[in-house]
Formats: sequence, C-alpha cells, structure tokens
Amino acid sequence: MANPYLRAFGKHWMKPLTLIALIAPFAYLAVLWTLMLTNTDPYIMGFNPVQWTHRYLGDTAIRVLLVTLVISPIRDITGWQPIALIRRRIGLAAFFYAFLHMLAYLGLDREWSLAKLWEDVMLRTYIMLGMASLVLMIPLAVTSTNGMIRRLGRKTWDRLHWLIYPLAILAVAHNLLMVKLIDGDPTIHAVILAALLLWRLGRFGLKRLKPAQAAT
Amino acid sequence: MDLKFRRNPDYQSLREEMTPERAFMDRRHILTAAGFLGAGSILGALPACSEPQQTPAPVSAGAGGHPVPGAALKAKKTAYTVADQASIEDAFTGYCNFYEFGTGKEDPARYANLMNVSPWEITIEGETDAPGKLALKDLIDYSKLEERVYRHRCVEAWSMVVPWIGVPMADVIKKLKPKSTAKFVQFETYLNKKEMPGVNRPSLRWPYVEGLRLDEAMNELPLFAVGAYGKALAKQNGAPLRTVIPWKYGFKATKSIVKIRFLAEQPATSWNKANANEYGFYSNVNPNAPHPRWSQASERVIGGKGGFNEKRNTDMFNGYEKQVAALYAGMDLKKNY
Repeated sequence: MANPYLRAFGKHWMKPLTLIALIAPFAYLAVLWTLMLTNTDPYIMGFNPVQWTHRYLGDTAIRVLLVTLVISPIRDITGWQPIALIRRRIGLAAFFYAFLHMLAYLGLDREWSLAKLWEDVMLRTYIMLGMASLVLMIPLAVTSTNGMIRRLGRKTWDRLHWLIYPLAILAVAHNLLMVKLIDGDPTIHAVILAALLLWRLGRFGLKRLKPAQAAT
Repeated sequence: MDLKFRRNPDYQSLREEMTPERAFMDRRHILTAAGFLGAGSILGALPACSEPQQTPAPVSAGAGGHPVPGAALKAKKTAYTVADQASIEDAFTGYCNFYEFGTGKEDPARYANLMNVSPWEITIEGETDAPGKLALKDLIDYSKLEERVYRHRCVEAWSMVVPWIGVPMADVIKKLKPKSTAKFVQFETYLNKKEMPGVNRPSLRWPYVEGLRLDEAMNELPLFAVGAYGKALAKQNGAPLRTVIPWKYGFKATKSIVKIRFLAEQPATSWNKANANEYGFYSNVNPNAPHPRWSQASERVIGGKGGFNEKRNTDMFNGYEKQVAALYAGMDLKKNY
C-alpha cells in the first residue's frame, strides 16, 4: 500500500476514530436516558424504554461482534494489513455492549437478583445461549492486551481466540430464538454471520488446495 | 349524503359531543392527567400517533353511517374500572401490535391510515339463524355505548389501562341468533393487500382469525369495542370494530372485524397456527403459566406517568378471576394454556 494518505490514516487516525465510533452508541444511549429521566423528553425511547434499551444494547453487541469478524476478510481482500490493529478493540467493545445488555437485563428485569437470573438461564434456552456466549467472551476480553499475547504466545492466543466463532453462533442463535416470528433484524444478523463463516471455510479450503496444486 | 346523516337519530345524539371546544378540553384533560403539559415537543416527535387523535374529526359519520376514527363518542360510564390510572392516549395509539401493518410497535400508527373503514360490513355465517351481511351501524347500537376501563395485558408481558367504549358482546351475539349447535365463535380481521403493507411479509397467515368458546363470549366482560378515550377507535387500534376480552392476552382480541362465524368445533386461531407450543386456544392471563421463552409473573406498565415504565405483578385472569374463573372449573390451565 503505497498511498501516503492511507498510511497516515492508519498511523494517526484509525485507532482514535475507531474508539470514538465504538463509544458513540453508549454515549447516545446515555443522552436518551438523561432526556427521559429529567422529563425533558420522557418518550424519546418510545413507550417501553426498558425493552428498547435492552434490544438496543443486544443489537449493538451483535453488530459490533459481526464487525469484528469482518476485519480479517477486509484485510485479506484489500491486502491492507494495518486494519487488523483495530480488531481487538472492536471485539472488546462487543464484550462491553454484551455485558451491559446482560446488566440491563439483570437490573431492570430481574431486580438485581442473581437467583432469578439463574432461574431464567436454566428455564429458557435463548437466555442460556446468550449467557453462554457472554461467558465465552470473558477469557477473550481478559487476554486482549499486548502483555497477554506475549505471555500466552501467539499460537496459544490464536487458538484461544478461535472461540469467537462458536460464541458468535451462540449470540446469533440467542437473537433468533428471542423473537416471536422469524422476521427482520435477527435473520439479517444470521445471514451476515453465515456469509462471514462461509468465507472463512472457503479460505481454509483454498489453503489446503494450494500445496496440492504446487505438487502437480 | 350529509343530509341523510343529519336525519339519522344516532347522528343527532352524537352531535352535542362533537363541538371542537369540548374536544379540545378533553384533550387538555388527558394530557394534564398524564403529567404531560409543557412537553409539547413530544407531540411533534410522534406525528403518526398523535395526529388523528389530537383533533377529533369535525364530522362524525363517514360513508358507512358510523362515526369515523377519532370522532367523539357519547358513552355511559360504568362500574367496570381499574384502580390504576388510564395509560396516556398516545401510548394506546402509538404502541400497537397489528401485524397486518408491520411487526414493529410503531408500524400500525404509521401505516393504518391506508385502511378504508367506511363503509363497513360484517358477514355473519355458520351455525346461526340470522346469516347475512350487516352494516356496522346495524350490528352495534351506538345509542347504547358504554365505557369500561379494563387492563389490557399483552402476551409480551406489558400492559396498559384502557377506557374502552363499546357494547357487551353477549348482547350482540344474542341478536345474531346462534343455533343450539354453535359452541364456538370465530372473528376474522379485514384483509387487503393494498391497504395493509404488513401482509406481504411472511409473519402470520392471513386473514387474522381468533375465537372464543361461546360461553366465554357470553360472559359479562367481553366487549365489541368501537371506541376508546371518548372517541371512535383509531385505525391502528382496530377501527371500526374490535373485540376486547380483558382476562385473555391481547392477541385473543380481533381488530377491524369483517366476519363473525358460529361453529360447532373449536376454530383455528392465528397465533396457535403460527406456534402451537407457545400460544394456546385459551391464552388466559396466568402468572403461573410462563410462556416458554419468558415469565408471565409480571408485566411492564406502558403509558404511565413519565417515560420509565415500572413493573407490576400480573394478576390471575388479569384481575378478573371473580367474573371468569367459573368458566374454567375443573380445567388444568397449565395444559389448556
């Protein structure tokens, strides 16, 4: 990549801009709640702000997670390596929103009762799937620092972070099972995830083909 | 056509309620009661929900001879009330499930204006001695309207308190002369692909049908509603005619009814066809019978004071146990959900 503008962007702008973009959904939510609670605009989130908040955090978490998974395809297709530098912070943001999503559920719906939360996890498949996805994100979030990569070694770290695939499937399944009908956003999320996973399968297949081609 | 309506006694009796000044005062009353005064900006932010309701239509009767949506209605107050305050009207008209117009809560308010509700005919068929087609004004006696405040509990675990206007379902059904072989009654919603953008999406199978056991329908509580909040029903709320069955989840009610059918056998119902494991024929409000995917023990109150919606514990039969428990004597309500 010889383009000097692109290089300058990668070096000075990409990381801070990504950070701002990742914080923006949270800042927006904070503004909405402030407007509601101060009675400035009590119905800014509609007539069911609790559910609205809940869905908003969940949707944001899933979408940010899908963005995490779109980084490697972009890198491989464009060949622009520096984009991989923002992948970890995007993944971390996905964890942040998923955690807030769970916290909102625990606080607004389950009255901060871990017993009630556990009851729901055991009783309802889609909550179990969502919780499993969140739990799987914890080791990835904890090991997201440079120090951890060094300590674990690149190979172990890569192997651990392979968990993103099962946990993304769990998250999308949680999303799909939550709705009354198969319709709308959850389906779109599922289609995007399927495409991203298929792309990886295809690339994996190609890699295995190449040595064989070289032999002939 | 206008002259014809002026001679109509229904029209005459409604006239006094139609002055813009009265309607304006009503509006202020509703807004103040909800602690809403001074938050005018909201009204601007919700054009689709608030527009038709803020100014009742100056002419009450449309082409069908029945009041047009939003027209003021005169109704007798009744003892049927709920201890809690009525939900704000904007929540009632702005937060709806009417999948024919889309699955989003705001979709009905946005698209229902496409629906043509006058003239309006209801087909009566099946096990009845009086089959045929009736104009709405011949089915519903607009001079005998009453107001009943019921809690409306959605299967999605939220509720509102709504001042409905209508007539007891039992009175209407008696007029329709079901045969002794009729054990069930089925209601069918209007269906028009051009006027209902939601029916082109694969959500439910149309038309929307719901049903009741005949003895449930003859209970004192169910209403054929034509209005709420002192006005003829807004289209997104099921204008011009809908059912209200307060001890059952909201989807058991049928909006914009075009057909009433008496049957010997239990009829198919829309949500039951879509997902029988989650939505049974009875669908009585029952805090002890959880939906497979969520608890029904509590509900969020929609349209209360301020924006934040509190939770309340759900009552058995939505608080109407005294009136309806006898209908289900000896039945396992967890099995017959």
